[in-house]
Amino acid sequence: MHANNGIDESAINGRFPAPSQRYDLVVIGAGPAGIAAAMASSGKGKSVLLIDEHPVPGAMMGNDVPLMFGGRMTTATLNPERMVETVFVTEPALEAAMEAGVEVLLGTCAWGVYRNGPGMAALPERVVGLADASRAWMVGFDHLVMATGARDLAIGFPGWNQPGVMGAAALTMLLARYEAFAGKRVLFIGSHDLALETALLARDKGIDVAGLVEVRGCPQGRAELVSALEQAQIPFFLNDAIAEAKGGLDGVSGAVLRSGAAIDCDTICLAFGTVPAIELVDAMGGARTLDGMRGGYVPGIEEGVSFVGDCAGLADTGFDHVAYRMDWAQALGALSKPDTIVCQCEEVTRADLIGVQPPNYLSRPDPMAARSLESLLGDGPANQDQIKRLTRAGMGVCQGRRCRDQVAMILALESNKPFGTIPLASHRAPVRPIPLKVLADWDEDPTMRAGWDVWFGIPTQWTPYRDIGTPREKVHQDMISGNMSL
Amino acid sequence: MKVVVVGGGVTGLSAAWWMARSGVHVTVLDKFIVGWEASGRNGGGASHYQSPLFEEEQRMWPQMDALLGYPTEHQKERIVIAVTERQLGQYHYIAKMNNEMGHRVDLLDAKQAQTAVPLAGENCLGGMQYRFGGHANPQRTVQAYAWALQDLGGRIVQHSPVTGFKTQGGKVTVVESATGRYECDAVVVAAGPQISGLMAQLGVDVPLAAARAEMIVTEPAPMMPLGGVDGNGLYGRQTMRGNLAYGGGPHEWIDVDATGPAARPTSPLTRNLARRVAELLPKAAHLSVIRSWAGVIENTPDGRPIIDRMRDPENVVVATMSGVGFGLSPASGHAIRDLAIEGHCTFTDIGKLSLSRFDGIAPDWRAQRGWLAAA
Ligand SMILES: Cc1cc2nc3c(=O)[nH]c(=O)nc-3n(C[C@H](O)[C@H](O)[C@H](O)COP(=O)(O)OP(=O)(O)OC[C@H]3O[C@@H](n4cnc5c(N)ncnc54)[C@H](O)[C@@H]3O)c2cc1C
Repeated sequence: MHANNGIDESAINGRFPAPSQRYDLVVIGAGPAGIAAAMASSGKGKSVLLIDEHPVPGAMMGNDVPLMFGGRMTTATLNPERMVETVFVTEPALEAAMEAGVEVLLGTCAWGVYRNGPGMAALPERVVGLADASRAWMVGFDHLVMATGARDLAIGFPGWNQPGVMGAAALTMLLARYEAFAGKRVLFIGSHDLALETALLARDKGIDVAGLVEVRGCPQGRAELVSALEQAQIPFFLNDAIAEAKGGLDGVSGAVLRSGAAIDCDTICLAFGTVPAIELVDAMGGARTLDGMRGGYVPGIEEGVSFVGDCAGLADTGFDHVAYRMDWAQALGALSKPDTIVCQCEEVTRADLIGVQPPNYLSRPDPMAARSLESLLGDGPANQDQIKRLTRAGMGVCQGRRCRDQVAMILALESNKPFGTIPLASHRAPVRPIPLKVLADWDEDPTMRAGWDVWFGIPTQWTPYRDIGTPREKVHQDMISGNMSL
Repeated sequence: MKVVVVGGGVTGLSAAWWMARSGVHVTVLDKFIVGWEASGRNGGGASHYQSPLFEEEQRMWPQMDALLGYPTEHQKERIVIAVTERQLGQYHYIAKMNNEMGHRVDLLDAKQAQTAVPLAGENCLGGMQYRFGGHANPQRTVQAYAWALQDLGGRIVQHSPVTGFKTQGGKVTVVESATGRYECDAVVVAAGPQISGLMAQLGVDVPLAAARAEMIVTEPAPMMPLGGVDGNGLYGRQTMRGNLAYGGGPHEWIDVDATGPAARPTSPLTRNLARRVAELLPKAAHLSVIRSWAGVIENTPDGRPIIDRMRDPENVVVATMSGVGFGLSPASGHAIRDLAIEGHCTFTDIGKLSLSRFDGIAPDWRAQRGWLAAA
């Protein structure tokens, strides 16, 4: 409330407490790059926190968070203790890091990074928001290293929206780390290094590899990997694409290729490529640039934050990942039907995306049905966030992890624009789905509570019009201050 | 008659739509995409009993889908529930105040409230149900206005920031923008926080302060019989998809320049919002928050809208709506249309929303109220 004393009791400034913990260095992501970054600073008198969201709770894995697990994990993933153990067993450097004085928290995700800048000056210092399965907290830092890796890229086709269609990073995680892959026979889509390596890993782990499907005329990855697969008599289906995933009660039961070949498999592994995991830096308002040779959007330069490993961009091997994906997007788009789902969470079909149509629970009167991406393009350049608002594609509980990139590709293809000229839909905190009761600040600072108002706490704002300028105005203000509804 | 509307938020778009319905040639100029600012980032509430435009707001909303031809997701009524005695007392007062004005509000005891709001918990002490008002989907509504306007022959030029005006004989004759010069017989300035800067070019002082406000949204919850549920220091709603979208709490005063806000960041307030949603709807507390966002709203010194036609230049209408512009948009557009075409509001008195109430305001009014952006 304002008494014209120069103080706004309902403004945010001064209401955020200092973070409950502070480190010289916080490293997000305990893969090889993150561990190395943490080790490099430890033992120099610096406090170092290294966190990793793995193992993620089983329920979250079911939502393809953070990788596209495709429902193909065994019940072993429901045993948190065993899961943590496997992380230590498969990442021995973690123990070395702990011995070197690094504080390690597993099963802990970073869901937001906040700093003062344009539009915000209310923070006592920059902070990263962390959460585990039971609570969330804020951590201050001098320096932040993002080592968040890369995540799966999906491109849809008829039947991809069922259990058994999964990503190569997720499959690698289930095979190499958790030993918790529930499939028996896998068809790989793609033939660049990621596909070849994952197929070889699967074979080594005793999984039947049904083959690799390649949209281009020859295998795309390193020759020695190709020959290793050839020696194992694993077939490549070249100049081909997946036309449909057949399914039953347990999800995928087979695949049909564009060439007509029918393939028996219970899992289809999407191995077009991975994209740098830039959610956090994008959500903090950081810069991002497109670099096709490095896997897509990569972070720019940020003060106090550095990027290591795949999240900084995949190693440049002279291969244009974006061009490759666009070939796939084109081929799979041609094989898709109007009712092929693009956004699984919100059940947005390809036709509705391209038609810019609202979800099914809304009516589509004639003028609505007549609208389309084409008519929207008549108003100005396409914008993925605008199309997301209208179609809901990317608005679901997976936070767009399964469809953000493919929607961007579809929009580029449909509007005849090079990929990247249409802005990618933005990421927002929390960049992982976090339950209300976990995210909630139950230890709230009293100053936050004291200053809380539904809206701005401007007492004159809500006076009924007829009472403005009458004595009743004061009575209303005293009685209802802070609790009007909008 | 040719009218140029500066600003493609709900206020400008609704005004343009109303004018197009009266056969006016309208052009809406927006600096970016329609509804990109507050109009596409708000709580969607439409129950503004304090406004002189209330009756028109209530009359129009139930017709909007049919009149526009596009879905707005408008839903009727609102339930406000309390989890503290203090809140309950305040809600009872609001109910009484409304009933005295002839707007029916029913009180709910704890049991009735918990039944009406299945996601509420044992901590719910009761509440009230407005038998009026409601909510709609802001983003869908913005686009519905825009498309309906185009269907009537109106023009929308996006990516077209207005940079200045040409005046002649006490009137604006040309609006200048990045995409060219637009001749006009009248101008509506509904450019949100940028109104002050634009009007200053015409020698008119419109005292406004911009601030940032935040909201969060969860994954879909089971549908409640009535989606317009809030309380506990929050405003918001359950969307027709089931998501719980809520905002409230402290705002941050910011500076904006002619090009608009440089960024619309959210803050750790997300956690304080999450806590209040979990308290308001404990049976949804296990659901995940999946996004947050912020929007920028301008406020006048008394927090009330300004909807007024200027004396000089005399063919300019200014409309700034503060925190109530979304819900009131079907009515504010009507009032703006009237001011632009008829010279006065034909359906109700809006005299107390005139700009002249701030004549002679102290130049440091922002500092006096503590409304300055932190350095
Ligand atoms: C978080 C939040 C919650 C809210 N909740 C509610 C609610 O529940 N109910 C309610 O009724 N209201 C609510 N509001 C307020 C409501 O959103 C605003 O009152 C309303 O959107 C104002 O609409 P507008 O068209 O006047 O302004 P804006 O939406 O700000 O639109 C102004 C437009 O002008 C354009 N513009 C600016 N400068 C120029 C220029 N130089 N040239 C061309 N174009 C320009 C901008 O790009 C923008 O599109 C909320 C606001 C926020 C931020």
